[in-house]
Amino acid sequence: MISFNQVSKRYPGGYAALKNLNFEIAAGEMIFLTGHSGAGKSTLLKLVAAIERPNGGTILVNGQNIGKIKTGAVPYLRRNLGLIFQDHKLLFDRSLFDNVMLPLQIVGFDHRESAKRVRAALDKVGLLKREKAYPISLSGGEQQRLCIARAIVNRPTILLADEPTGNLDADSANDIMEIFKSFHQVGATLLISTHDDSLLRQYKGRCLALKHGELQA
Amino acid sequence: MKSWLMHHLHVMQFTLRRLRTTPVSSMLNILVIGIALSLPTGGYVLLQNIQSLSDKLAGTPQISVFLSMNVSQDDISRISKQLQQHSAISRVEFVPREQALLQLQRSTGLSDVIGGLAQNPLPHAFIVYPKSNDAQKLEVLRDELRTWPKFDHVQLDSAWARKLEALLKFGRLAVLMLAVLLSFALVAITFNTIRLQILTQREEIEVSKLIGASNSFIRRPFLYFGLVQGLLGGSAAWLIITVSLSLLNTSLADLTQLYASNFSLQQLSVGDSFTLLLFSAYLGWLGALLSVAQHLWQTDTR
Repeated sequence: MISFNQVSKRYPGGYAALKNLNFEIAAGEMIFLTGHSGAGKSTLLKLVAAIERPNGGTILVNGQNIGKIKTGAVPYLRRNLGLIFQDHKLLFDRSLFDNVMLPLQIVGFDHRESAKRVRAALDKVGLLKREKAYPISLSGGEQQRLCIARAIVNRPTILLADEPTGNLDADSANDIMEIFKSFHQVGATLLISTHDDSLLRQYKGRCLALKHGELQA
Repeated sequence: MKSWLMHHLHVMQFTLRRLRTTPVSSMLNILVIGIALSLPTGGYVLLQNIQSLSDKLAGTPQISVFLSMNVSQDDISRISKQLQQHSAISRVEFVPREQALLQLQRSTGLSDVIGGLAQNPLPHAFIVYPKSNDAQKLEVLRDELRTWPKFDHVQLDSAWARKLEALLKFGRLAVLMLAVLLSFALVAITFNTIRLQILTQREEIEVSKLIGASNSFIRRPFLYFGLVQGLLGGSAAWLIITVSLSLLNTSLADLTQLYASNFSLQQLSVGDSFTLLLFSAYLGWLGALLSVAQHLWQTDTR
């Protein structure tokens, strides 16, 4: 599903965020990406979603080479990924329903079918009753759940979550992790970055530990 | 296909809603575009009117030959024959002095003045229709006729028309330059409006791109907006022109009545109106396209 082969990433100015990464993630795996802040977790996720391009090595996602993908093809790559951001990146000028609708509008999905899917996604994260509310009225945990609903509404095969529980209390974090677990059970591939060790103890899953841009054995 | 159409319909509705949510600035933009477009269009309409007027008056070039007052009937038939045999002349028309006086009375409305004259002041005249329309050949012919005996005065009637034509050419160039400059202004206005919209929607654009929106998806609502704004601006220009011409025509009617004529300004033709609307819509679309392209280029190469 995702494979990194001798991947390195330097940012302009010479800072090496990732050095010589080699790993593979099979379909249906749930992977935790751990490491101190600045270890390169976010960079790694950005590379998978083609938000950043690698300086060396090959990254294959769904069989596509991220290093060589054309700019015009990037949107189609991203439509098969569900992106969950630490800062949620919600749109505050529209309702919960419309926030979750956006990915389906982008794909040009049939309107009535989309409404069903949006409600199903909201239901999954426990926000269906508040579909007409605006994101500003949501707590941090709820905003994160809304972000997840938006990420899963077009049923991607791969979910990428960058510190999804970063700013949340233990209970909210557990809610989020339970949602992820349920996706794992229905066969989605998940790549979750976190610096929270307690989560790792609680949920079984392979762990990729980054330290100063390098993979720890 | 159906969902594609639905999407475009949706974007269109969204565009109209956005125009309505900011009524004042939308109106101002449309008005500015309308005024900018109405200047060259108005100039064009006026030139068209002058053109059609001069066409009506000038027609084909002719040379008027006024004979001396003391010619005899024999002289007239001899001259008539000579003129008809001339190689550069296609047709000759004789206007007796009595007929000329009648015509003058009828066409100018000066019958009172003429009626008061003791005797007919007009000479016999020939109207000469040359074969060629070429200005230089006409002048050569005129100069030749001037040397003929018994010819008092030879006048090339189309000379003023040619001067007017040259003047019109100059006017058309000026209007064209104005049109080009103001077209740039229109593109710039749209560019700026769209740029402001992009700034207020930067987040939405960023998020949309992150979850798989193609550039054309992001561009679409802005292009629609530019197109609609240009179209409405063009309509405003059309309205300005039409209303101004109607107003001018009403006061022109009072004026022409005094001169016993029924001249009135022609409105924009249907074809020209369509061209105006299409052109303004296109310019709005172009401004929007440039604006979004610049933003996408900036964010893509960040």
